[in-house]
Amino acid sequence: MTTTPPRDIPEFDVDPTLYRHLADTQMNVELDTGDMILNIGPQHPATHGTLRLVVRLDGERVVAADPIIGYMHRGYEKLVEFRTYPQITTLINRIDWLSSFANEVPFIAAAERLMEIEAPPRAQWIRTTLTELSRIATFLLFLGEMGLQVGAITPAFYGFRDREYVLNLIEAVTGGRFHPNFNRIGGIKEDLPWGWIADCKQAMAKVLESCDTFEDLVVGNPIFEQRTRSIGIIPASVGASYGVSGSNLRASGVDWDLRRDGKPYLPYHELDWKVWTHPDGDSFARYWVRLQETRESARMVLQLVDGLPSGPIMAKVPRIIKVPAGEAWINTENPLGEMGYYVVSKGATGPFRVKIRSASFSNVSILPWVLRGVFVPDVITILASLYFILGDIDR
Amino acid sequence: MTDLLALDIGWGTTLGIKTLVVLGLVPMGALILGYTFLLKMMSHMQSRLGPMDPGGFHGWYQLVGDGIKFLQKEDIMPERADRRVFALAPAIVVLSTFLVFVVIPAGPRIKVADLDVGVFYALAVSSLSVIGVLMAGWASANKYALLGGLRAAAQLIAYELPLVLAVVGVVVQAGTMNLNEIVVFQRDAEIFGWGGIGFPLILTQFIGFALFMVATQAELTQPPFDMPVAESELVAGYMVEYTGFRFLFFFIGEFGTAFAFSGLAATLFLGGWAVPGVEGTAADVLGPIVLFAKVMFVAFLMFWARFTYPRLREDQLQALAWKWLIPIALVNILATGVLKVAF
Repeated sequence: MTTTPPRDIPEFDVDPTLYRHLADTQMNVELDTGDMILNIGPQHPATHGTLRLVVRLDGERVVAADPIIGYMHRGYEKLVEFRTYPQITTLINRIDWLSSFANEVPFIAAAERLMEIEAPPRAQWIRTTLTELSRIATFLLFLGEMGLQVGAITPAFYGFRDREYVLNLIEAVTGGRFHPNFNRIGGIKEDLPWGWIADCKQAMAKVLESCDTFEDLVVGNPIFEQRTRSIGIIPASVGASYGVSGSNLRASGVDWDLRRDGKPYLPYHELDWKVWTHPDGDSFARYWVRLQETRESARMVLQLVDGLPSGPIMAKVPRIIKVPAGEAWINTENPLGEMGYYVVSKGATGPFRVKIRSASFSNVSILPWVLRGVFVPDVITILASLYFILGDIDR
Repeated sequence: MTDLLALDIGWGTTLGIKTLVVLGLVPMGALILGYTFLLKMMSHMQSRLGPMDPGGFHGWYQLVGDGIKFLQKEDIMPERADRRVFALAPAIVVLSTFLVFVVIPAGPRIKVADLDVGVFYALAVSSLSVIGVLMAGWASANKYALLGGLRAAAQLIAYELPLVLAVVGVVVQAGTMNLNEIVVFQRDAEIFGWGGIGFPLILTQFIGFALFMVATQAELTQPPFDMPVAESELVAGYMVEYTGFRFLFFFIGEFGTAFAFSGLAATLFLGGWAVPGVEGTAADVLGPIVLFAKVMFVAFLMFWARFTYPRLREDQLQALAWKWLIPIALVNILATGVLKVAF
């Protein structure tokens, strides 16, 4: 099955407000061979949040799809202009709420670069550990969730169960399961608790085991393969032109990972790890790549806790943080893709302007392209395989 | 001891008792399957507890409580719905389940109706539910429900054929369409002269049994064939606008039909109520127990698949039915016929 539509389809640059209006008012139950407009969301189990998709259907085939975002806009880019730097981590925690520790890192790194201070090695290693842990937590949820969207209920529970081990680790260090608010400019808030490293190794063994389970249960399932193979193919060039990033792009065969290829922001170059890619670019590839990355992250965490350097966890920073005037752009490889913070400072206690580049926003922008010509059930699998977080789209 | 079943209590009373039994069986079966498999087995497979508190013992009261909750709920009908069709649809779905129960024998004399075309009748009335589902999908004035209803219709029609063809082998071998006589045949036949367990037809009709189970799964709209309800895409498909009591009807229909089809499979392939060597009143007492055990076993297989597999897509499901199940079923019938003539 390709994404080529069966017949000539009208171009999608018809005024989208028209669809919105039709979807709200038209109740089309007559025997009508015309296109049906199906309104998926903002309350729909597959959009995990408040994404709205207005889909024009010919039978069950999608003629055109239009994602409507903004139901969860919270205005973080504006809000942070009225906060001091240490206060901002609380807000940006809530952007991609599943991996909030990874959200804090690029912003803190940008502020540190402007202030020209560097966190001590131990702080950097702990940051890396927690970033990878939050990546594992996010991906474990994805691995289960994808099964749910394809119709199998059981993997979802396995995903939630195994994520709990990782969340417990994050909670033990930071005190928060979802919103750690743990990064400080120049380091981190506290050191690791006693006995944590042993727990961490144990939990990583469980994560690796759980990855094997998912490989057996989901990837090895013939129905799952039938439902995801060659569905929702995103060629590398198209994906790159829409700004798709992270695992979604790596699943299209692009060997590009900011942890390795970007400007160094955490000590990833000291670890022995591999960037996984898959040549196909379909939903299956996206699932497979994330599965391998979960494993890779678990191995990275094991290396990180083994080689943890000693020393202080905070650099010397003034009591009242004032960031010198200047601009900094830091982009990092977050679980959902490339996340970037462009921070403009005018020398005050808070930033003058912050632009947040969030991964999911670009990842869902490809939906109108990729959803053309697929069937309704595939809309759901493609949505699930792109793996977006609503907070990350709307900010 | 007086043989209770031989008592002449009059035509009207007999009919009344039979009606009550059938009316009671459907919700009873739905409750048993719902509790054992939906609440307990599924929780076990997914490494969670499931409800444990209501009723004291492992939350046995949970489903009854759920039922009472449904009775209290507001009965909401969409403004644009076709009111009469909308109200009638759940009743038709449950009705088809009731009608299947009529012909399944639970003992040599414990049977509601002894039809000579029992197999034919059971498969025919079980497909009545398609009409109810289609009515529900159509009358709800909801696009999700419409998609669900149409999917259900396409799917149930496609799977009616393998279901019937899978049973033909049994009918050919037993030489009758009367369900009770099929059971008697399985009790009295021997495996190469040894009659210890009778001759459950699954021994020769294992392909038929496998086809029957797959087609049943599609008839019941259970995963991997649950596209009509597909909660992750169509929310609840044709049931999406139903609340309260009407929703409960669909629920009872779903699990009651699972119970009925398990009963059919147990009767046709596993020997039904038959216990070789036991005759008379003892068979009437043992029969229902044996049948129930077999029903639970078949239902276990059904729900095991239900909680394990993801969902196929509608076109993949049609391809499976027409390209695989039906040809295999036809070959099975041919082979059965040839072997029947040869031996």
